[in-house]
Amino acid sequence: MTTIDPHVTGAGVDHVDTHSGERADGLLASVADWITTTDHKKIGRLFIGSSLLLLLGVAALGVLLGIERIDATDAMLDAGAMPQVFSLYRLVLTFGVVVPFGLGLALMIVPLQLGARSLAFPRLASAGFWAWLFGTGMVIGSIIANGGPGGGDEHMVQLFLVSMALAVVGLTAAAGSIAVSVLTTRAPGMNMRRVPLFSWSALVYALGLVLALPVLFGVLVLLFVDHRNGRSTFGGNVGIAEWLRVSASLPATALYAVPVFGLLLETVATATRKRLPMRGAGLIGIGLVGTALFAGVAQVDAGLSRDLVDMQFGDALREIVPYAVLNLLPLLGGVVVLLVFLLAAAGRPRIQSPLLFSFFGAGMVLVGLVGNAIYHVGDAQLAGTVFEEGTWIYVSYGTVIALLGGVVYWGPKIWGRSIADKKVLPLALLGVLATILASLPYYIAGFADQAGNTVAYPDYSGPSELWNTLVAVGHGLMALTVLAFIGLALQSFTKGERAGDDPWDGQTLEWATSSPAPADNFVDVHVISSAEPLLDLKPARSEGAA
Amino acid sequence: MYALPAAPPPAPRRQLFVGTALACAAGTTFFGGLIALFVRFRQEALSVTDGEWKPATVKVPEVPTNVMLIAFLFIGIFAQWAVYAARRQHKGGTALALGLVALIGIAVLNSQAFIYRQMGLGLGDGTYQTMFYAVTGAFVALLIVGLVFTVVSAFRYLGGRTSEREIISAHAMYWYFLSAMYVVLWFVVYVTK
Repeated sequence: MTTIDPHVTGAGVDHVDTHSGERADGLLASVADWITTTDHKKIGRLFIGSSLLLLLGVAALGVLLGIERIDATDAMLDAGAMPQVFSLYRLVLTFGVVVPFGLGLALMIVPLQLGARSLAFPRLASAGFWAWLFGTGMVIGSIIANGGPGGGDEHMVQLFLVSMALAVVGLTAAAGSIAVSVLTTRAPGMNMRRVPLFSWSALVYALGLVLALPVLFGVLVLLFVDHRNGRSTFGGNVGIAEWLRVSASLPATALYAVPVFGLLLETVATATRKRLPMRGAGLIGIGLVGTALFAGVAQVDAGLSRDLVDMQFGDALREIVPYAVLNLLPLLGGVVVLLVFLLAAAGRPRIQSPLLFSFFGAGMVLVGLVGNAIYHVGDAQLAGTVFEEGTWIYVSYGTVIALLGGVVYWGPKIWGRSIADKKVLPLALLGVLATILASLPYYIAGFADQAGNTVAYPDYSGPSELWNTLVAVGHGLMALTVLAFIGLALQSFTKGERAGDDPWDGQTLEWATSSPAPADNFVDVHVISSAEPLLDLKPARSEGAA
Repeated sequence: MYALPAAPPPAPRRQLFVGTALACAAGTTFFGGLIALFVRFRQEALSVTDGEWKPATVKVPEVPTNVMLIAFLFIGIFAQWAVYAARRQHKGGTALALGLVALIGIAVLNSQAFIYRQMGLGLGDGTYQTMFYAVTGAFVALLIVGLVFTVVSAFRYLGGRTSEREIISAHAMYWYFLSAMYVVLWFVVYVTK
């Protein structure tokens, strides 16, 4: 027996009755329960829900910026506010959507995959969520009130820096909680090589964040101290955007896509009903993607200069090594994961929506990583163009698409109901279309020298209307995708078809408990003797029998 | 539902210790980043002809900075003594060791305040001043966290949770981390200036 009574205690909602006073009490208790919760599944859902709502806002901002760039002379937004709008767009998509979405999914699922009854330091994770939410809200508020990078109100600029630091601390706290969970709460017999692939990617991701985000925090501290006192060192309010740029652009943001690759391998193994071939290579590949943390820790990006071929060997090597470490290693990791995926896909996987979401998402991330490797080659002459924005959007939206697949995949375990494949599959396709439209035109316009991070680009002679219209449409489609996904998820997870305990015929421990998973996850602590403990119990199917 | 073999609850895997190790790693990148920027700005300032980094009128009081370095050596010894005593269930020894850690920690804090007073720098007077206060201020913040950690460890352990020796080990690790950070700070900011 591996499960316990699925009725979650303490939620308050179970006690609602028709009496209005008691209903109000029940609602209040429910709100209080969510605010003070230490249940990792609830903390994860809070992160995911908040980041999806923020994504709607960011996509709308993307539409606005796309329209603005179609014709700079007919501006809707004040030209002086552009640095702030671009910063809002970049920082919120990165630290308000992509990073917390990955953390939320990891918080929700990792303890279940590890066979643990709870998260390590759940109060820390909960505090991390509220710190992040409050910090992000204040970041948005301060920029709207003329703060942020390039802002004109000095108090709001400082509020922006403090809020950003608070959000970063919150994300670091949540990441620390995940890393400690994977390192210390695994079921007996689950050594590091047997850790489920998504949990492994969550560990790499969390460790990367724990190491990289404090550097960003340090930069924010310096910016704040400098801004309050003389502004002699960091360029005042105008210099802030440049100092924050590295953490919110590639190659540093490749780190935020690490969970995508764990999810991809996890879903393909489930879809084939076989053990993942070359599992070790998959673990290594995910780890290699995690080397993107070097860019965040060192706060640098490294390119190849145009006169590389004329250089002495030693000088050339001094450029090539940092370039390769920062830009090619994460890409290599992604390629290794893709090869393992293709090897697994030879086992004829069932076409399931989580697999398609994660495949499309990982594909978009890889296109972004390839673009990043090209962007940093001097001979490509792409520096300062919108090409960089294209790479960043590919990785960011690709990550979001894959993680939506994670919600579809593990939704039944959290809510006890599943989203119908037929209904959600079109959204995967729409999401891919949105990502391509929002980023590919900037790859093309980048080669034609459309300047980045500005709405005015007098030197550009290409069909700017076409590219920027397509980008605006792409962001609009992404907003539509997310909106439709939220609607479908709300409908399916509240009124949809009840899911069994193991709806996908899974291989890892989370499918051994009831759906929805109870408050303490498992009654018994399980002994693990392989990386696919549930597959061990399904010998007939483990070898691929239909 | 699947009939997986059940096991007795596993022994605790030192969550606090691992968590503290991660916090120290995060602290290392945070502080390392600040130090790296200090070095970078110094290099940039000195690379121009007649460039000046630390204003000639500013004198670093070297005695308290060296005393702080020695103090951290003793903090490490006393923190480890607390671990040693806790393992032997020696409550008095643990209390004394933790008390000495706290005492020396406060003395270090006092030294830093003395250095600030002696140097008399204005926070916004220039790049050196801003970086000096940012780096040393961040260290002071980490030091205060260490003192709070000592107080919490002492309360928990001496309050009767003598079986929870993990917190004493984690506490010692945090002070080793602080000691290592101070060595870097001392060399970069106070020795090579």
